[in-house]
Amino acid sequence: MRISPTKFISLLFLVLSVFYLYTAYNIQVFAFDENAPFNARTFPIYLGWAGIILSSLKIILPEKVTTEVNHKHLDYKSIIYLIIISLIYAAVILKIGYFISTSLFLFASYYFLGERRWGLMFILSFPFVAAFMYLLHGLLNIYLRDPFLKYIGVMG
Amino acid sequence: MIEGILIGLSTALSLTNILMVMVGCFAGTIIGMLPGLGPMTAIALMIPITYGFDPSTGLILMAGVYYGAVFGGSTSSILLNAPGIPGTVATAFDGYPMAQQGKAGKALAIAAYSSFAGGTISAIFLLVAAPSLSKVSLAFRSPDYFALMILGLTAISAFSSKGQFLKAMMMVVLGLMLATVGQDSLSDITRFTFNNMNLTDGISFVLIVMATFAMSEALTIIFRGKDPNRAAKQISLTELGSIKVNKEETIKMAKTIPRSSILGFLIGVLPGAGATIASFLAYGMERNYVNEEEKQKFGKGSVHGLSAPETANNAACSGSFVPLLTLGIPGSGTTAVMLGALLGFGIQPGPRLYQTNPEIFWSVIMSMYIGMVVLLILNLPLIPYIARILAVPRNYLIPLILFFSVTGIYLMSFNNFDIFLMIGIAVVATFLRLYDFPMPPLILAFVLGGLMEETLRRSLLISDGSPNFLWDRPITLIILLITVTIVGWQIFSTFRKKN
Repeated sequence: MRISPTKFISLLFLVLSVFYLYTAYNIQVFAFDENAPFNARTFPIYLGWAGIILSSLKIILPEKVTTEVNHKHLDYKSIIYLIIISLIYAAVILKIGYFISTSLFLFASYYFLGERRWGLMFILSFPFVAAFMYLLHGLLNIYLRDPFLKYIGVMG
Repeated sequence: MIEGILIGLSTALSLTNILMVMVGCFAGTIIGMLPGLGPMTAIALMIPITYGFDPSTGLILMAGVYYGAVFGGSTSSILLNAPGIPGTVATAFDGYPMAQQGKAGKALAIAAYSSFAGGTISAIFLLVAAPSLSKVSLAFRSPDYFALMILGLTAISAFSSKGQFLKAMMMVVLGLMLATVGQDSLSDITRFTFNNMNLTDGISFVLIVMATFAMSEALTIIFRGKDPNRAAKQISLTELGSIKVNKEETIKMAKTIPRSSILGFLIGVLPGAGATIASFLAYGMERNYVNEEEKQKFGKGSVHGLSAPETANNAACSGSFVPLLTLGIPGSGTTAVMLGALLGFGIQPGPRLYQTNPEIFWSVIMSMYIGMVVLLILNLPLIPYIARILAVPRNYLIPLILFFSVTGIYLMSFNNFDIFLMIGIAVVATFLRLYDFPMPPLILAFVLGGLMEETLRRSLLISDGSPNFLWDRPITLIILLITVTIVGWQIFSTFRKKN
């Protein structure tokens, strides 16, 4: 039996709702609140049931409008590269600082999306980020934490 | 009211605020023009920047971005047949054929004049309707608000994507579930945090908007990059032709604009409806109004066909501010983002906003109008130059959107857990979008989640846990009956199509 992607997503949502409902029933409330008409559990319990009912209906009822996605037309390679670069960026931003990590992130993203004009790639990464930081930090007075630039004395 | 208008004008016309409207309109036009990116993305990208300003200035910037993005969406509809937002899909029906006939400049001018006129008429309606509705809405109690939020969420699900009501309702529940993460507002009991300290304060609204709109839009563009149906069919962006509109075309616009404005405003006021439905209805209505000869021109470059949806979508934008400013309940995804931003400034919109923060209430209304003027006198002459942004390769565009998204979150918390969470939610949202699970209902539900729980809490406590509060008050009952009618209509339409 072949299950459509929409129904598969609905099945995942059903699992999520069951887990959410289970967690909702296990929320610890104060003893005096246990039998109150409304406590910290009430709304999540309603939501859990709503999620179960809606996802079950989606799974059971026939699909009126089917969503067809041609996987040959999807660019999995580029999106995986971008997600990996973004995760590395998130992991290092606090350690090596905003300026270097962001500039490298932009440069790498341009490269993995197929850009090879090195000069333009450079301008739209390092000087661009520097200008953006100046705009935020220098002109708009919005604090931008960068331990590295602080360490080398560029930022106060 | 005159005093309020003067307060609004004096705030909106300060040098900083005029500059903000101009910057907002310009930035919004550029972002809205890029296919796939709409007003919600544009406003979301602006939120971190507005935190440095006072509330009025921040909101004025966002109102400018909103109108700019709607105008920008029309530009890509006309020039590329690639609407930036669903609200400008109908604009492409006659705008793109006109551009193909070498009259792109004229089509853009008609769109700009119609938007301006629609915005002006609806701003006047808003000026009159908002204070009166504010007074009426003071009679609303918790059960009425709860019912109204149920109606808004049901309506946005019904209207957001055709034939996908259940999917949209699932997104509503997901948005509400995400809103329950963190401390309970009354008892301070932590929920769904799984002992992670980073989740104690809940998930930030900006994070959700950035993840489900800015970042996932960017990932979707890349993901669908090989799809031949999505490749932009570009016309010449350097030769747009004259932007002058002749007498005959002006007369046609003058007939279309008043009726489309009224229709657009009324549709915009309804929760969940908004610019998309307004523009399609106005297009359909206009087709029925014109004579047989004009009817034949629809879809081939008709002035009526272009002017009607453009007028209506801008009128609906103003209309959608009515429930936000008077009831504190947004009627659309975009106004939900605005509500999130208002709450970020510590302002609770609602009937009392009119009394407690008149300068914000009126300055937002006045700045909308100033935004229209700026769009007309600044953006229209610049269109031939702004249009070139459409030629920016996605290799540069996508990383820059990702950069703005991550920076927005980094500026808020200086915490990489939030960035990881945003990437995770964006990836899930990208796959959900791929299978037509709409995102606006999720955002609206996320924004309303806290308020909805609060009103349900009060209603249940007052009625001692009984569900009687749902039918005790006539207003609650009427609102819930409308909700049931919408759900019933969705079931009926499903049944009818199956047979």
